[in-house]
Amino acid sequence: MKKIFRNKLYFLAVLLIVIGGLVCAGAGMADEDREENDLAVSPGRALARKAAKPQQGWTTTDHSKHPALQGEFRKGAEITAACLSCHSEAESQLHTTIHWTWVGYTDESGKRLGKAGDALNNFCLSANSMQDKGCMACHPSWDGRKEVVNCLACHGQKNINFGEAFEDYNAFADSDDPDEKEIAEEIQANVLAAAQSIGRPTRQNCGECHFKGGGGDGVKHGDLDTSLTKPNKDLDVHMGVDGQNFECTRCHTTLEHNIAGRIYSKPAFTERKSLIEDDLTPKITCESCHGSTPHEPGHKANDHSDKVACQSCHIPSFARVNPTKMSWDWSQSGKLKDGKPYKEVGPLGKEDYLSIKGRMTWAKDVKPEYRWFDGSMKTLTVKDMIDPATRVAVSAPVGDQGDPRSRIFPFKVHQGRQPYDKVHKALLAPLLSGKEGYWATLDWPSALAKGQAALGVPFSGEYDFVESSYYLPTTHMVAPKQNVVGCIECHVRTDGRLASITEVYLPGRDRLNLLDTLGWVAVLGSLLGVTLHGLGRVFTGGRKEE
Amino acid sequence: MTGKLTTIYLYSRYERFWHWLQGLLIIILLLTGFEIHNGLNLLGFHRAMLVHNFVGLSWLIAFAFFVFWVFTTGEWRQYIPTTRKMLEMIRYYGYGIFRGEPHPVPKRKDAKHNPLQRLTYLSLSAFLLPVQMITGLLYWGYNSWEAWGMGFLSLQVLAVLHTAGAFALLSFLIVHVYMTTTGHKIFAHIKAMITGWEDVPEGTPIEEWERAKSKQYTN
Repeated sequence: MKKIFRNKLYFLAVLLIVIGGLVCAGAGMADEDREENDLAVSPGRALARKAAKPQQGWTTTDHSKHPALQGEFRKGAEITAACLSCHSEAESQLHTTIHWTWVGYTDESGKRLGKAGDALNNFCLSANSMQDKGCMACHPSWDGRKEVVNCLACHGQKNINFGEAFEDYNAFADSDDPDEKEIAEEIQANVLAAAQSIGRPTRQNCGECHFKGGGGDGVKHGDLDTSLTKPNKDLDVHMGVDGQNFECTRCHTTLEHNIAGRIYSKPAFTERKSLIEDDLTPKITCESCHGSTPHEPGHKANDHSDKVACQSCHIPSFARVNPTKMSWDWSQSGKLKDGKPYKEVGPLGKEDYLSIKGRMTWAKDVKPEYRWFDGSMKTLTVKDMIDPATRVAVSAPVGDQGDPRSRIFPFKVHQGRQPYDKVHKALLAPLLSGKEGYWATLDWPSALAKGQAALGVPFSGEYDFVESSYYLPTTHMVAPKQNVVGCIECHVRTDGRLASITEVYLPGRDRLNLLDTLGWVAVLGSLLGVTLHGLGRVFTGGRKEE
Repeated sequence: MTGKLTTIYLYSRYERFWHWLQGLLIIILLLTGFEIHNGLNLLGFHRAMLVHNFVGLSWLIAFAFFVFWVFTTGEWRQYIPTTRKMLEMIRYYGYGIFRGEPHPVPKRKDAKHNPLQRLTYLSLSAFLLPVQMITGLLYWGYNSWEAWGMGFLSLQVLAVLHTAGAFALLSFLIVHVYMTTTGHKIFAHIKAMITGWEDVPEGTPIEEWERAKSKQYTN
């Protein structure tokens, strides 16, 4: 009896040790929850903090003291001339960049990839070789004419309307009326102050065009809109003014006015390198600063980084503050009310219908769609053949599961319905702005003919509308880590975020239905069998009672 | 019930420890495994995955000790399969047990498994558990397949095999737990596996082939 008791004690002790071990392991795992309170800093964050110390805004020059910037300016070109009197190479550098040319490159078959070239989208469709003057508001030149570089578009720290200022100044400056003279002096003082207020490009500068791509706030990109001019950390951990307060150029590093970033089908980067490996590498990737295994050692997320882009988990949704346009149906345009074009405003305060543009939908806080992505996009041009029977991918990510450079990446997918040539089986590029553009005439055949002519491509005269999609990579609006996408948003049986990624076996989502059926039949069969057997023993009294 | 009972020391300390440890580990692995497979919601997917991986790796270490034990002590002979008395065993569980008949193969120190147990435990130790360990370890090492020169592996195939093994283990567990109630008292076998002391009928003849230490088990 004593022996039995001792054995029991022994057994209990062993059980305690085992349970103790498991509890300790569990406690170790609880570290991640503790991490939310942020005492431990993950290796990737520690690395990034070393790589990107808070930026010290220092410079060896004060532009307000430069003699070249003390004169009288009557037009933009004179300011530029003053800039170039010191920055002698700036203009020639800029002239070679896509920011100036709007053409990324010309591919083997002679298609010019770029908004000034043959590339299309499913927003305002085409810039018609810069013939569409409405697009030129974003060209970094004076007065929407690709002639003289406007340095202040990117470097000016005071935002004034130069067009109006110069017009008024030139009207009043030579007047004899002292009141008008006074107004002119005031205007000139403002112009001068703006010309002297120079710095590296800020979010405000870049955002003036990039937050408003497609013709308005948040139209094109779901992850770039005016909410990023002064974001908080919740909206973007890097740019948040209550945090690191990164400007765009902190990551979009620059070499001779060429700014790092994706250019049409050309990826933003070809190698995933950290600054530790190469201190001159562009900081355009997450890996540049955070390394390729940024999470705690042993954290499963490190095992994901070979196939899942950082953005996929760290940007749970885009357009979190301002709405973004999700679809645009050009075929609905041209309707009139009382013989006049009209607009309708939808629930998000955005225009749902415009006679000149058609029907559109907007959304806020949108979950991205996920695709394999090697960093390059396939963009259609006016010279590419399409299949009007299917939804035409005006731009689509390139990449596949087998490619080690590809990652599962989040996208905004903008659905469109846009004109195409029924004879040539190609998308069409109508001229929109200007007196002869569609927005003035609401006449498709004429606008299409003019737009195609501007691009030097044929138009048969027969057109219809085709469904289209346009993919925009989502890489800004990186959320704080407590808002990161959780495991079960993908590892879930149905309706997971990665429902479209079918090339891989995803634990928790995928199963062999036959196996699960047979398995549960076996388990339930066992249960039923032993239950019946036990009942049989009870009722036959065969149980060996003493 | 026929005859008097005598108590024999049947299960050594390590054997009992291993039995309950593997029982605990298997139950944890089943629960967390089925949570990862998306059938349960206990710990949350992430924590279930962490626990499953930790317990799975612990199991590999524990199993290595078992292999050492089973061979150094000669206990492996207890797992040598036989068809002798197999039919009697099947008849007993299917009929005799309801009539209160005596067990055809009572336990002895050197013949602790009846023919059905031998077959079951051999399949378990030599096939099912190794399959689970190998598929589990490879599954866990998914990111290192290239480095291990195993880029040809398919996660889907591994996952299906691993899941099939889990269903088999769960079915075994159910039947196994039920079978513990078939002793002379409901908890008699469980008590024996805790204390090591099993009650067996006195004077039960044990044939030579049943004795694990004998090499002439085929007679």
